[in-house]
Amino acid sequence: MAKLVRKITKSNEFYLLLVIIAVSVVIQLRSGQFFSANNLVDLANAMVVPGIFAVGAFMVLVAGGIDVSFPALASLSVYATTRVLVDAGYSGGVWLPFLMVIVVGAILGAFNGLFTSRFVVPVLIITLGTASVFSGVMQGVFKSVQIPNLPAGMSEFGRSTLFVAKNPESGLTSNMPMAFLILVAVVAVAFVVMRYTTFGRGLYAIGGDESAAARAGFKVRKIKFWLFVIVGIIASLAGLVRTSMMDQMHPTNLLGMELMVIAAVVLGGASITGGTGTLTGTMLGTLLIVIVQNSMILVGIPTFWQGFALGTLILVGTGISAVQLTRSRKRAPALIQG
Amino acid sequence: MVDNVIAVRDIGKAFAGVQALDGITLEIAPGEIHCLAGENGSGKSTLIKVISGVHAPDTGTIELNGKTFSKLSPIEAISNGVQVIYQDFSVFPNLTVMENLALNAELAAHRTFVSWKRMRAVAEEAIAKINFTIDLDEKVGQLSVAQKQLVAISRALMSDAKLIIMDEPTTALTKREVDALFAIILDLKARGIATLFVSHKLDEVFEISERFTIIRNGKSVITCLPEELDHATFSHHMTGREFDDDHFVPEHVSEEPILETRGLGVDGAFADVDLTLRKGEILGITGLLGSGRTELALSLFGSKPADSGEILINGEVVEVGSVRDAIAHGIGYVPEDRLTEGLFLERSISSNIVISEIDSFVSKFGALDQRKADAEGQRWVDELKIATPNASNAVNTLSGGNQQRIVLAKWLATHPKILILNGPTVGVDIGSKHDIHRILRSLASEGLGVIIISDDIPEVIQNCNRVMAMNAGRIVAEIDPRTTTESELAELMSKDPSTIDGKG
Repeated sequence: MAKLVRKITKSNEFYLLLVIIAVSVVIQLRSGQFFSANNLVDLANAMVVPGIFAVGAFMVLVAGGIDVSFPALASLSVYATTRVLVDAGYSGGVWLPFLMVIVVGAILGAFNGLFTSRFVVPVLIITLGTASVFSGVMQGVFKSVQIPNLPAGMSEFGRSTLFVAKNPESGLTSNMPMAFLILVAVVAVAFVVMRYTTFGRGLYAIGGDESAAARAGFKVRKIKFWLFVIVGIIASLAGLVRTSMMDQMHPTNLLGMELMVIAAVVLGGASITGGTGTLTGTMLGTLLIVIVQNSMILVGIPTFWQGFALGTLILVGTGISAVQLTRSRKRAPALIQG
Repeated sequence: MVDNVIAVRDIGKAFAGVQALDGITLEIAPGEIHCLAGENGSGKSTLIKVISGVHAPDTGTIELNGKTFSKLSPIEAISNGVQVIYQDFSVFPNLTVMENLALNAELAAHRTFVSWKRMRAVAEEAIAKINFTIDLDEKVGQLSVAQKQLVAISRALMSDAKLIIMDEPTTALTKREVDALFAIILDLKARGIATLFVSHKLDEVFEISERFTIIRNGKSVITCLPEELDHATFSHHMTGREFDDDHFVPEHVSEEPILETRGLGVDGAFADVDLTLRKGEILGITGLLGSGRTELALSLFGSKPADSGEILINGEVVEVGSVRDAIAHGIGYVPEDRLTEGLFLERSISSNIVISEIDSFVSKFGALDQRKADAEGQRWVDELKIATPNASNAVNTLSGGNQQRIVLAKWLATHPKILILNGPTVGVDIGSKHDIHRILRSLASEGLGVIIISDDIPEVIQNCNRVMAMNAGRIVAEIDPRTTTESELAELMSKDPSTIDGKG
């Protein structure tokens, strides 16, 4: 029992949860609106896209790399899909757009995977390059412009809700989008993959010590390749969800999200150097960032303080784990006092 | 004739035109403890990599399990009973002991899904094999070196190993831990598992090995029984050079001590240390890991300032509160882990050497006089015979022994009066070890006061004129190395059992 308590109080997630509770309570006290059904549904809504992205970023981070290409990858695969379907006058269900972004996302991910598994160049550098290639292809080859009218299936999916929360006084409604289920599904699948498959444990092993992983018999190149294929799919799903929920394809809408998402994952306890972190932490980190982004308005803090608040959170969050690390390294020498 | 566990015949391997292995032949019988010895760069590591399937040989064959291979994959090597315990143990610091032990088995079974229950059972069985008790949920990064090694050994034994290759397994272990390791190796032998022991520590190799293969410059020099070797011939075969094992006799020892401590102590590390060092002396300080020896060195060098007591230099009490203070008082320190503590591995050899006296190369405009600095670097490269074509090469292109010489050069460049060395020859091959010892002796005869802190007992006995044994944070004895044997000194170091408690 004491061991369990020690384990919990040593975990990053525990402190993150405390911070989230503290922030929530402060916002509730100041505004009285945090724990309203509307706000909670809005938060869940706002979490969907960054949450799905975060799962992908988390998987790459565990394997010891930083992927910054996922917004560009998602934009390209969703843009290509939407363009083709709109031009073809497609009016069927949402299954085809999903299928198409999954295929395109996998191909683009394979492009990342090919480079990262073949070359000994940091993932960050490679994905900086591929991100530019992806957005270049989108803007150059596809001559990307805003697509105001999506195929009917996508629009419907974007509008469909699980339930609606209504404020009895003001009459304001907040929709719980169907897409939330996609987040739940992605997280659930990723959880199983990361914890119960040799592939997932391989990602942790590679992030811990790549050469040791190779010696143990992990097929490091293959794992890395497939990692990026999977992350390409996950990112494209997020992109499709975002586009459907906005009910228009805005080619550059997602670009620039990468740092916020990586920050959320790192805040959730994943180490920049790889090998550690949990999905629980990743989701909590994303939640905290979404709360800060969404709810500062409730307290009446001007939005331009958002960046400041996020930056501070990241510094404090990563700072705490750095302190913990140095503390655990300093082990008391065995000695008799006298 | 008994079938060999492994027979390597006529192996050759070249990297970028350099012949790393050239016609190596090696045979190991079941249950045999075979020692592979050779200097750094002799091709030992490459040979291990060929046997374990990491590198494919250019020529030659490997016979394993009655099958002949011209090249092996790592999986083939493992499934034919070859297990390597690397110097870094090849463990995952971020994963638990359980996963470190059980992941290989999951992989070997080509499973897609892992079962935590099965992994726990497998891990429990693995540690039980060598009677190793440990918390399976502890992260391996939190373990001591000896514990990590036991994890690696337990893991190696899980698959049906016939040959365990241990790459320099004793480097970071204390005497007691080495003894425990040997007990395990003998136990493996009793079960018919052969061990290929890679080492260049003479005494250990002699203690345990039944047969030797010595290689030099990628060629087999000799395969023989231990009776056919003694220290001198062993060193000769390894290096192709002749050495003499003599004791250090100081000349020109000054009357007045250059360094003195009175009641020096650091809370929680050591206490009441009184020592004196005269010019021309080499003083040895020895003790087990955790005896306070390293902390003592660090406090003399100001990086862990003393909490109590005083330090006297040339008879005057001085304040050594920081590394800068220590350098200003003429104290130089060569750290224990030369790779992490003393060098900028990516930077050039000459900039590493001049870094500690960088101020003296600054021109009056405040800019660094690069040419002068390079010349100084080159001077030390020549003086200490550092084997490099160019002083502007990065330090990590050098072998361990040469890296250690650079750390030495770095501190000699500050012209210290007192030089403290912590484990100066850990992980260094015999040739470089002799060279470093010779340099230290000549430095002492030039009037430097030298302190060697080491748990390598032969090293302090041979190279020091006085040796102090530390135990549980205190100096327990001062001995004359010419009249004390190695085992007597070892006894003093580990006498008090209470120090050993809690060290796993």
